[in-house]
Amino acid sequence: MGEAITFWVLAVVSVAAAFGLVFSRKAVYSALMLGVVMLSLAVLYAVQEAPFLAAVQIIVYTGAVMMLFLFVLMLVGVDSSDSLVETIRGQRFWAFVAGLGFAVLLALGIGNVVIGAPAGLSGAVSQVGGNVPGLAHLIFTRYVFVFEVTSALLITAALGAMVLAHRERREPKPTQKDLSRARFLGDHPAPLPGPGTYARHNAIDMPALLPDGTVSELSVNRVIARHDVEDGHLPNDPRLAQAIRNVAEAGVRTEQPKVVQAVAEAPEVPVAERDKPAAARVPGDGPVEEEGK
Amino acid sequence: MTTHYLVLSALLFAIGGVGVLVRRNAIVVFMCVELMLNACNLAFVTFARQHGNLEGQIIAFFVMIVAAAEVVVGLAIIVTIFRTRRSASVDDANLLKY
Amino acid sequence: METAAEIVQHSGGVIGLSWLTIALPLLGAAILLLGGRRTDRWGHLLGVAMSLASFVVAVIVFFELLGFGADERRRVVELYDFLPGGTLDVKMGLLLDPLSISFVLLITGVGSLIHIYSIGYMAHDPNRRRFFAYLNLFVAAMLLLVLADNYLGLYVGWEGVGLASYLLIGFWQHKPSAAAAAKKAFIVNRVGDMGLALGIFVIFTTFGTIAYGPVLANASQASQGTLTLIGLALLLGACGKSAQLPLQSWLLDAMEGPTPVSALIHAATMVTAGVYLVVRSGPIYIGAPTAALVVTIVGVATLLAGAIIGTAKDDIKKALAGSTMSQIGYMMLAAGLGPVGYAFAIAHLIAHGFFKASMFLGAGSVMHAMNDEVDMRKFGGLAPKMRITWATFGLGYLAIIGFPLLSGYWTKDGIIEATMEHSPILGWLAVIGAGITGFYMSRLFFMTFHGKPRWEKDAHPHESPAVMTWPLILLSIGSVFGGAFLIMGNRFMEFLAPAVGRPKELPHFAPFSVAGVATLAVVAVGVAYAWLKYGRAEVPAVAPRGSFLTVFARRDLYGDAINEALFMRPGQWLTRLAVFFDNRGVDGLVNGLAALIGGTSGRLRRVQTGFVRSYAMSIFLGAALLVGAWFVVGNL
Repeated sequence: MGEAITFWVLAVVSVAAAFGLVFSRKAVYSALMLGVVMLSLAVLYAVQEAPFLAAVQIIVYTGAVMMLFLFVLMLVGVDSSDSLVETIRGQRFWAFVAGLGFAVLLALGIGNVVIGAPAGLSGAVSQVGGNVPGLAHLIFTRYVFVFEVTSALLITAALGAMVLAHRERREPKPTQKDLSRARFLGDHPAPLPGPGTYARHNAIDMPALLPDGTVSELSVNRVIARHDVEDGHLPNDPRLAQAIRNVAEAGVRTEQPKVVQAVAEAPEVPVAERDKPAAARVPGDGPVEEEGK
Repeated sequence: MTTHYLVLSALLFAIGGVGVLVRRNAIVVFMCVELMLNACNLAFVTFARQHGNLEGQIIAFFVMIVAAAEVVVGLAIIVTIFRTRRSASVDDANLLKY
Repeated sequence: METAAEIVQHSGGVIGLSWLTIALPLLGAAILLLGGRRTDRWGHLLGVAMSLASFVVAVIVFFELLGFGADERRRVVELYDFLPGGTLDVKMGLLLDPLSISFVLLITGVGSLIHIYSIGYMAHDPNRRRFFAYLNLFVAAMLLLVLADNYLGLYVGWEGVGLASYLLIGFWQHKPSAAAAAKKAFIVNRVGDMGLALGIFVIFTTFGTIAYGPVLANASQASQGTLTLIGLALLLGACGKSAQLPLQSWLLDAMEGPTPVSALIHAATMVTAGVYLVVRSGPIYIGAPTAALVVTIVGVATLLAGAIIGTAKDDIKKALAGSTMSQIGYMMLAAGLGPVGYAFAIAHLIAHGFFKASMFLGAGSVMHAMNDEVDMRKFGGLAPKMRITWATFGLGYLAIIGFPLLSGYWTKDGIIEATMEHSPILGWLAVIGAGITGFYMSRLFFMTFHGKPRWEKDAHPHESPAVMTWPLILLSIGSVFGGAFLIMGNRFMEFLAPAVGRPKELPHFAPFSVAGVATLAVVAVGVAYAWLKYGRAEVPAVAPRGSFLTVFARRDLYGDAINEALFMRPGQWLTRLAVFFDNRGVDGLVNGLAALIGGTSGRLRRVQTGFVRSYAMSIFLGAALLVGAWFVVGNL
């Protein structure tokens, strides 16, 4: 009975989370949803007499793999969200048809099979004294060769990831001198105005006021501005609200060159910019921003 | 009870598959693949219990290892592609065609 | 002794070395061709020496052969196993008998004289060495043709002389007409050679061997139909090589070659190979009267056709070529008559070898003097300028028209009389041919040497050098006395009898028989008419349009037109049809298939969109379908 309750709760949760994973427009939400599914599955493993796998699921999947996903998400552009417009004709329709068909067929098939009560693992486990010793016994005796091969696989994967992600530096690293020269040659010798320097708010999404009293659009992060616009968290002051709107839309509409500005803001980015092959340097480049609005 | 687990596994697998087909963000696609792998693992664990045999758990264990390796390499590829194409959309990498 | 004598194996003696007659000229040809320009300075001398050496060996062999009794004069010299091929085991050997030795003497003797003559005639040709190489090659091949003791050896020689003929007709290959003539000769000869090859095949299947000895000895045992088939096939080969109807068309064009070539190959020796073949295969024709009749008909038709062509040609060499055709027609006629005619055929062949070579070389001498002019309408009145040429040519001329007591009189009269006994119709046709011969040869002679000079302005006729005149003199001696020497007292017939058999009753030479008198009369009429028309009257410098008959003759009796209409144009249509079929049918099929596949691929490749998700979709759909199929087919 306890198992049934656990199952039904977790089944509903995991299926809902899976749908969330597929349909949430923001990748970070998707990642979190995946985490929920994995945790649910870990519990289900534990219920099904697989405590070791449950632990591994939590440690390896929810811990390591999910963290890796989030890292890459942050690296690749957390602000980008998928467009809803499907570019391949019929893709979505057929995807749902196939998914539905698959699920229905499998479910029907499984449902039609008469399955007796589970044999349970207590017999198999009791001989060696527990689930973990049982698994260890198998892994290090019958499957020891496979196990060794997986170690080779893991090393290869680590090496491959290093090779793939590695980037040769083809010009000397910009020194502090280079950076300051670039800054003074650019539009903003001084640091950009920081956000939140408004008299009544010091929130990070509040644009700064310049000494002459005008609102500085440069002071607001684009991603934050966009979140504000999406969620309707706009300040009452129409000037500020307009500024935030401008910033949020700027990335979409205007294609302002941000290279110099970026040099001033974050030294890592210009290196990346310069390292890019010329062909890849599209006008108005920067993270993909055309979607969403 | 086994049937229920298996149906849940099938459902998760199908949802993951739909996600792979529908989503364009490469990372999300990857997550959907992981979801499908997990669904399979669930089935393995269920069968292990059904048959009273630890082999199913062993294979689920190996699936996890392989999935971890796959994630590492896959994400490295995504990062590399993103670095050159400034995009994480799987549709943008479509040069290899007719 | 009605049939031929037994063939005796022989070894030792000079006869045992008779292969030298073939080997020496062949060696000469090899040295001259492989030596290249290094041999330019002395190449012609080597060629002459080899030919003369071959002649000397032939003479010694001849006398050694005479040393045997008449029944022992057919001797085979085994050389080596040529083709040890199961049931077809060809042993190469040389058959020395009166027939072959006659040919060998003619070939090497006349050949040597023509070699010598060529030294002078080709003196200014930069490729004289090559010319002599080809001449030597020809002599070797021709000797192999007549000496081989089996049909395959004959065939090898047959093809060898064909090759030499091709090379020599096209010797001045820079002239398109010469190249075309060489090609024509080669191709027309292929038709004949096919007949010869078929004949040999049938001989092999019938007799199981192709050596002369067993084949000819057992000929009477084969069925008449088979023998007729063999006879006709061999006749086709003979027609090709000897320019008999219907394969006569190449000979006139072959005059494009240098004149010594025309004298040696296309007058004296090679073109008589057909006669040799028919005479050598005598027992086959004896067993096949139909084939023999066809041979005589072909002979008569050709002798008339050649004579008619000869009457209209203004080109001195082509007129002589027509005459050659005609004379070989006489030989064929005689050869078709059986043992009665063999001796006359070969005697006429030898006499013809002398006087025709003499006349061809005389024509060469005239051309040499007249800047290589060949149009007789631009000659005339040359007699005082070239006494020796005139005299030797005149003797040859008298010999060929059958002037009493000269060679042609004996041999041709013999043929006509033998024909008369065999078939009066053919006989009278042969008489008419003799009359026409009298006319066209007189026409040729008068137009060239008599009448008023019609020379081109820059012509300075002169007598040729001694190296050219001496062969003329020697040949004219042969043309004067050869006939009498051979025919008087049936000497040649007795000599040949061991080889070809003896007729039941020997012909009696009757100088005042009806046929003989009639022949003399028609010849006299022909000569007189020619004298009136070309000797006494003015010869127009440009040929008059002439009557229908003249045009008919001038166009080689429309032989080329017939060939063109019957073979060339249908062949071209067939080719066009094949090309059309190839373009539209084969290519269309292939190209259509390619276009179909290309078009289909062009559309199919659109499936490859480059979108990973599309591919994933196909995988997923496929998996779903598989599950569905599994569900439907089996029980999950």
